[in-house]
Amino acid sequence: MILGIDTSLGTAVAAITRDGEVLADEQSANPLGHAEVIGDLLRRATAAAPAPAHVAIGMGPGPFTGLRVGIATARVYALGRGIPVVPVPSHDGIALGILLADALTGVDTPRFAVVTDARRREFAYSVYDGIDDDGLPIRITDAALSPRDELDQRLADLEAARCDATSVSAAMIALAAARALDAGRSLAGAEPLYLRSPDVVAAHPPKRVS
Amino acid sequence: MDAPLVLGIETSCDETGIGIVRGRQLLSNTIASSMDEHARYGGVVPEVAARAHLEALQPSIDAALAEAGVTLADLDAVAVTSGPGLAGALMVGVGAAKGLAVALDKPLYAVNHLVGHIAADILDAEAGELEYPTVALLVSGGHTSLLLVRDLTSDVELLGETMDDAAGEAFDKVARLLKLPYPGGPEIDRAAASGDPTAIRFPRGLSRASDMASHRYDFSFSGLKTAVARWVEQHEAAGQSVPVADVAASFREAVVDVLVTKALDACARHGVPRLLLGGGVIANKRLRDVALERAEAAGVAVRIPPLRLCTDNGAMIAALAAELISSGRPPSTLAFGADSTLPVTEIQVAEDPDAVPPAVRPGAPA
Ligand SMILES: [Zn+2]
Repeated sequence: MILGIDTSLGTAVAAITRDGEVLADEQSANPLGHAEVIGDLLRRATAAAPAPAHVAIGMGPGPFTGLRVGIATARVYALGRGIPVVPVPSHDGIALGILLADALTGVDTPRFAVVTDARRREFAYSVYDGIDDDGLPIRITDAALSPRDELDQRLADLEAARCDATSVSAAMIALAAARALDAGRSLAGAEPLYLRSPDVVAAHPPKRVS
Repeated sequence: MDAPLVLGIETSCDETGIGIVRGRQLLSNTIASSMDEHARYGGVVPEVAARAHLEALQPSIDAALAEAGVTLADLDAVAVTSGPGLAGALMVGVGAAKGLAVALDKPLYAVNHLVGHIAADILDAEAGELEYPTVALLVSGGHTSLLLVRDLTSDVELLGETMDDAAGEAFDKVARLLKLPYPGGPEIDRAAASGDPTAIRFPRGLSRASDMASHRYDFSFSGLKTAVARWVEQHEAAGQSVPVADVAASFREAVVDVLVTKALDACARHGVPRLLLGGGVIANKRLRDVALERAEAAGVAVRIPPLRLCTDNGAMIAALAAELISSGRPPSTLAFGADSTLPVTEIQVAEDPDAVPPAVRPGAPA
């Protein structure tokens, strides 16, 4: 059993079996209010499934404040249960969903970019091309930021079709984690995918007042 | 159950505090601070603080459990600061607390940070029972509040608070004016040691007769900061060297004077001969000394919790929750968020009317 948690866009909590059966899929599309809803979503998802053996965490990219809520909840839930966490790039979950949906309908998925809002007139994007033998999306470029009006040119240069996403499925985050565990692979480091240094203004001399 | 074993999580500013208490007994007060990371910015940067909280959570929880000699399974409840504080920082703690409460299937108490500062006092085993009512003066880099506490768990009234900068913030800003490092409190103190506190008469904010009607117990430090800046600039413009020690001592005296004067005025007007001090700025020895000296003259008894419980910490949050449990209050629902401006009258948020409080053995020491 794997619990998946992602708050990179909305708030999503899911529980799946190790071979991918979805037992619970709880979500709130509200792009704010992660802290308010995550407890109830988590309680409902965990009540609907046997105790998880792993917690898969969507590590972003995504707006920092909301993203951190899911990571904090997931890490401390795992600590409370004494089970390991499995970090997953949130775009990997989105890409896996796209690839599986196309496979079901027999569509050949072209090279594509998962594109999500990164605020500050930027998008975050990651480019994928097909699925590998482990059943995981093949990531051609890691998540990066692009000014909004430059993205289409960048994707044209990469010959990637644009797939805008406004939600992340926690079940897909958990499934990517299950497949990574089966293959003995790691998909992301322990650090959140912030992609930006903390937005700060270095100390400047005090302003004159007279 | 004996007195409730509670783990408290505090992330309202730049300290990640994990505390464990058994009722009024302190078992661990683990604090990880990101202060050093803020030094080069001259003040707390919210995004830097929030990132640091996320990384400090797990190691701090592990360290607190080890120090307390308990396991997560032993806990009776989890407590967390819901506000006031920095929203993004608070949310890290709220998410963590919900994850822990659901994982352990334990009740969760979402509480008020400022009231937590008062609760710090009951963890002081040497101090004897906290008597009510008491006036509380809470001073830190994030808040400056004057409260009337009739009961820790049910009746806290806001008498006044800062209208602009917190007192600790004023220390940081004036330290920068004087080209002293961050954090400003200890630096101003060091510089002031050889200075004359009466050298310059800086203004006492909101202390005029005309302020007494509507801002009797409120504070303002931005005018003081501007007055110091203007004084320094005028000296520099005249080609004179700035007497840093005198400026620091005179500034500090203005802050201390207005804090202590308003606190003792509140004691007098409410007929309350008790004053509780809390918050990180209480580490300032001059503030403690002036408060003790003038309170004694006014016949007011002063309580000061141990300094490591005055700065932001999780133990005070756990202690407040333990008091709520002992007084039979039900836990919070899971449907609360971070409230950066949570009023002090909301001691606990999202109290669940359908929940039952964790059982406390009758007669068990609280
Ligand atoms: Zn505080």
